[in-house]
Amino acid sequence: MEKFVDNLSPMDLMRSEKMKLVQLIIPVESAHRAVSYLGELGLLQFRDLNAEKSPFQRTFVNQVKRCGEMSRKLRFFKDQIIKAGILSSIHPVVEPDVELEELEIQLAEHEHELIEMNSNSEKLRQTYNELLEFKIVLIKAGSFLVSSDNHTVAEERELSENVHSNHSYDEASSLIEQEMGTADQPGLRFISGIICKSKALRFERMLFRATRGNMLFNQAPAGEEIMDPLSAVKAEKTVFVVFFSGEQARKKILKICEAFGANCYPVPEDFSKQRQITREVSSRLSELEVTLDAGIRHQNKALTSIGYHLTQWMSMVRREKAVYDTLNMLNFDVTKKCLVGEGWCPVFAKAKIQDALQRATVDSNSQVGIIFHVMDAVESPPTYFRTNHFTNAYQEIVDAYGVARYQEANPAVYTVITFPFLFAVMFGDWGHGICLLLGALVLIARESRLSTQACVQTYHV
Amino acid sequence: MYGFEAMTFNIHGGYLEAIVRGHRAGLLTAADYNNLCQCETLDDIKMHLSATEYGPYLQNEPSPLHTTTIVEKCTLKLVDEYKHMLCQATEPLSTFLEYITYGHMIDNVVLIVTGTLHERDVQELLEKCHPLGMFDSIATLAVAQNMRELYRLFLVDTPLAPYFSECITSEDLDDMNIEIMRNTLYKAYLEDFYKFCQKLGGATAEIMSDLLAFEADRRAVNITINSIGTELTRDDRRKLYSNFGLLYPYGHEELAVCEDIDQVRGAMEKYPPYQSIFSKLSYGESQMLDKAFYEEEVKRLCLAFEQQFHYGVFFAYMRLREQEIRNLMWISECVAQNQKSRVHDSVVFIF
Repeated sequence: MEKFVDNLSPMDLMRSEKMKLVQLIIPVESAHRAVSYLGELGLLQFRDLNAEKSPFQRTFVNQVKRCGEMSRKLRFFKDQIIKAGILSSIHPVVEPDVELEELEIQLAEHEHELIEMNSNSEKLRQTYNELLEFKIVLIKAGSFLVSSDNHTVAEERELSENVHSNHSYDEASSLIEQEMGTADQPGLRFISGIICKSKALRFERMLFRATRGNMLFNQAPAGEEIMDPLSAVKAEKTVFVVFFSGEQARKKILKICEAFGANCYPVPEDFSKQRQITREVSSRLSELEVTLDAGIRHQNKALTSIGYHLTQWMSMVRREKAVYDTLNMLNFDVTKKCLVGEGWCPVFAKAKIQDALQRATVDSNSQVGIIFHVMDAVESPPTYFRTNHFTNAYQEIVDAYGVARYQEANPAVYTVITFPFLFAVMFGDWGHGICLLLGALVLIARESRLSTQACVQTYHV
Repeated sequence: MYGFEAMTFNIHGGYLEAIVRGHRAGLLTAADYNNLCQCETLDDIKMHLSATEYGPYLQNEPSPLHTTTIVEKCTLKLVDEYKHMLCQATEPLSTFLEYITYGHMIDNVVLIVTGTLHERDVQELLEKCHPLGMFDSIATLAVAQNMRELYRLFLVDTPLAPYFSECITSEDLDDMNIEIMRNTLYKAYLEDFYKFCQKLGGATAEIMSDLLAFEADRRAVNITINSIGTELTRDDRRKLYSNFGLLYPYGHEELAVCEDIDQVRGAMEKYPPYQSIFSKLSYGESQMLDKAFYEEEVKRLCLAFEQQFHYGVFFAYMRLREQEIRNLMWISECVAQNQKSRVHDSVVFIF
């Protein structure tokens, strides 16, 4: 009976491939190469012989950690590239493979460089944003003060007659001092600054409550989105001016400003002084802009050069991690200095696997060859269907319901006919069908170009 | 109607109950804790955690890790899950979920006020606050001088406003008063939460009353033990006990007059559920009391998952996750300070 079954012609996709349990005994020096060649072949499924061990009791745990560290650095680079808005090149530079240790050193260097550049430009950016805010506050708050200047000066004249002050001040400016001035100055004072628009309402309410209503709050929108110096987030801002009197109120208002993240900038009373300071600030701004631009260009250059290699590096690191994860599944025999592994492979692939192992032995200049022999298995082998590009889609859909057992009849063969038929029955529409056909033809025609792009997965089906 | 929740609960709460049960299945098990306890360095802990649900949160941290980073990222995961659930919830589940965080809000308020009293920087204090308890304008707490101002300026806008009616005084904020304030607020919060659950009725009321009663009793015992030897009078102490729970009202009478731990033990042993906790401790020992209480709490929280179609699972899940983060913090600290022998002192296994 068994001879009859074995002599039947192979039924290809109808039944799963015949599998055999094999055992590999690999000497240590050719282990890495052997596993990576077998990985490229993709026809051997290893059994995990170290299943009871925890992740950090396995042999190659340090290498896995290093791979994890390298992939973290690569993710960091990718984030930086996206943040800087550089488009990755469509034609990546293909270079000969770099060794893992060299790659590690290179990555560490690049990361160090990037972090340094980031921190340098951070400080410059902060100063730039602060000056930008200062300029806007000067322009907008100036308009408040000009209009309110008239009646507050009149008030001050009244007060000054009654107040006997021991201080002497410039006769040019009135007794209205900026909040940066000396303590306990009677009269109306003000604090000017800029705050996020979303917080402005709560800010005003808090100020009102804290000073029991003894304050005047004027605000004007800043007009454009500015980057906040501390949080580096673009937000819409509002310029405000708070008029108040008394030292207690000043302290409270300053604390509240600090708590809400409002930045306070001193604005001089005098119109000419305002213009002078605005001019100074503008000139400093343009200087800083030049410096910042140079810094950004330098950074972009570094990022583009990293970007060329990024995909290649990422695939390399992933491959290495997979190799070490597989090596962790093998049993390490310290006395004989070799690794023992067990796995399932389809019968037709035996020759290819032996060929790959042979190449690995030769390439790693090992004295001892890799031993590869078949074992008897008690449990049922895994199911493996050899599909091509077309049948792969149907096989995946059927597998989503459940994978067939070993050598069970494969329902995917029938679905090649029934799925399109049922789909057509569902639509039942000639025009709709033509549109779908044209869309599918376009995708098939552009297949090779689309498969190299990042969004490959969606086009697979 | 109690007993017929299965007919109507899933309309609004079905999705979120499924989500929370999925999260609960991802809590660390005893096997995970055993592996973690065997770690030698923080990097091993990170590697082990990256195989659990915490993986995506920890994978981008550079190598020299600190325990605070680990705890921060794990808390971030809890906050993300909570926010997701809160977005998807309808009334009354959304109110219920918000109630769970009021405890953290109270803690944050007290933290900032205490910190300001000791002249700490506001930004530094903000970083130490628990993210679940943040509310707008929390930073401005630093400006308040006394409790009345605290209420008038900030808390009147927050959900904590109704809890303040019992403790508005014009006294200045100092350490003692802040603790009294914290406990008064918490008492009001627990009673409010209890009433809310009773209003919801059904399985939620039953399960939540049990959990909240345990919480109230635990706080009563802790207040008693912590105030032995301080200048808190008996009447003040009695005012801080909640007015529900197994110990109310006779247990509270006894606890109010206790002057040392053995008297507390004597008072508690009259209640069978708590007798088992106290019997584990030998005389005069109070360090293990915390762990015993945590273990009992975890047991009750796990029991809440046995029943379906009630809101208690959300409360239980948040508490279990917090306990897990506490465990992780303890393990990380022990590993970082090379005191592996003390690891099992304070780790409470959930399953």
